[in-house]
Amino acid sequence: MIPDKGSRHTRDAYAEALLELGEKDHRIVVMDADLAKSTQTEKFKERFPDRFIDCGVAEQNLMATAAGLATTGKIVFASSFAMFATGRAYDQVRNTIAYSSLNVKICATHGGVTVGEDGSSHQALEDVALMRLIPGMRVVVPADYYEAREAVKTAAYVEGPFYIRLGRPKFPVLFDDDYRFQLGKAVLMRPGRDVTILACGIMVYNSLVAAEILSREGIEAEVYNVHTIKPLDEETILASAAKTGRVITCEDHSILGGLGGAVAELLSEKLPLPLQRVGIRDQFGVSGGVEELMEHFGLTPGHVAEVARSMMRGST
Amino acid sequence: MNPVESATGEKVLEAEGESALRERLESICKGVRWDVVRMIGLAGSGHPGGSLSCVEILVCLYFYKMRHRPSEPHWPERDRFVLSKGHAAPTLYSVLARAGYFPRDELWRLRRLGSMLQGHPDMKRTPGVEISTGSLGQGLSAACGMALGLRIQNNPARVYALIGDGESQEGGIWEAAMLAGHHRLSNLVAFLDHNSLQIDGPCCEVVSLGDIPAKWRSFGWEVYEVDGHDVVEICRTLDLTDRASGPTMIVAHTVKGKGVSFMENAVDFHGKAPTPEEMEKALREIEES
Repeated sequence: MIPDKGSRHTRDAYAEALLELGEKDHRIVVMDADLAKSTQTEKFKERFPDRFIDCGVAEQNLMATAAGLATTGKIVFASSFAMFATGRAYDQVRNTIAYSSLNVKICATHGGVTVGEDGSSHQALEDVALMRLIPGMRVVVPADYYEAREAVKTAAYVEGPFYIRLGRPKFPVLFDDDYRFQLGKAVLMRPGRDVTILACGIMVYNSLVAAEILSREGIEAEVYNVHTIKPLDEETILASAAKTGRVITCEDHSILGGLGGAVAELLSEKLPLPLQRVGIRDQFGVSGGVEELMEHFGLTPGHVAEVARSMMRGST
Repeated sequence: MNPVESATGEKVLEAEGESALRERLESICKGVRWDVVRMIGLAGSGHPGGSLSCVEILVCLYFYKMRHRPSEPHWPERDRFVLSKGHAAPTLYSVLARAGYFPRDELWRLRRLGSMLQGHPDMKRTPGVEISTGSLGQGLSAACGMALGLRIQNNPARVYALIGDGESQEGGIWEAAMLAGHHRLSNLVAFLDHNSLQIDGPCCEVVSLGDIPAKWRSFGWEVYEVDGHDVVEICRTLDLTDRASGPTMIVAHTVKGKGVSFMENAVDFHGKAPTPEEMEKALREIEES
């Protein structure tokens, strides 16, 4: 059984990490675009008002200003919703931040269909793909509170741009207070021999539940938490895939260009094997409750288990 | 007199005298124009019109106003310059080379594979370039970020930026204008290279910019208007900005292609290099001016 550790917001973890970083390092500056209450950067603003800049509803300006700040030696955290941080400001992120490898950490919340009722305009399903395309950008999708907190702290001291994608709803807690985050290193969550499940974000938990379901049927899934989409832990993924011979990717994101896309590129070049991608199938999002949307887009543990079963039958 | 690192502003103007200053800066401008035409001509591509229109602005900044150390490009107390209209890169490169950031020989490799001088400014490749630009409407925001960062660390350095009038159609310019006004960024001074032309034609025919000074004032900026080819007027205005209580916009009325008769006010020379014959003709014209 997966131990029940409750569930917590990854954006609360972000706020906690920022407070810790801000306390001990005066170079930390946090920026937002009128979403400080949602992204939780408000807590940093209250503690360190002189090092918080709200750009208002102007994400393009947020990113280009963050780049300028970084040139003065600041470690800049820039936040908005994933949709606007990556979509609205893509040119600024690519040309002004990333092209010059500036020290800006884009920490975006509200990624994926799990944004829920706000619907398509606020459900970023391409953000990981957009950021992954940019040379030198590190892309991290944490699976729980502790991983989010540690990823943010790690990003602060790895020089250059980051994209960290956080969620809107609470994520089930998987790790503990002493969790150590290793950038670019997939975490083995459950060993198995029959099928490899590679997941990120909220889908790590769903994949673990799926693995339990499968185990009862005699199918042993090996589950990895691939929190770093870029640089991808190719070695670990290839080793597990070689062992099981089947791979499933799971993400609350388009199956194009994100974790599934990255793994498809890797396997087709280095180890062609049956692959199934669980995620949003080249569609826009839609309004609904989080649970309903998970069901609607096939992100539930039951769906992941069904994909694994059909792969085992060799029917896909 | 070596203006670099000297006490800037009125003291220099006073010590040097207005006519000596004019003579010194105009002589540099002439050299920069010559460089710009030759660089673009040899490269076979580039943007001569908007590079020639902003020569005096950059020369006044780098050879009169700014505190900077060409031998120490990352000196923390240096004043910063951001070329938001990045396509005027040749002017920036010539000015940087003449100030001593890198050898002038580099200029003739503009836009070639392996050159430190990219088609648009690149802070990682070119000493003295403060931030990479080229995609319009972003440099002014970056300059705001620099001004905010310097203010946070009580660094007295000042930030100068140059935007274009076609560039002012980018929404990002006005996002930056609002932010700078809100934060009363008195350490930020921007120029508008108001040459009134853009790729598709006169700005007033493409999309009118309206009452430019009124727009900037309404965003909380102090606004000056100058003849963008009068070096003394530019220097005197720059000195006034030292005492600003908020961000300053200097609207510089300029002529696109200034200094080369057949490029002046010629829309085509926005993004077209002179032919080898045109280049020789232009260089001779500049030499004889």
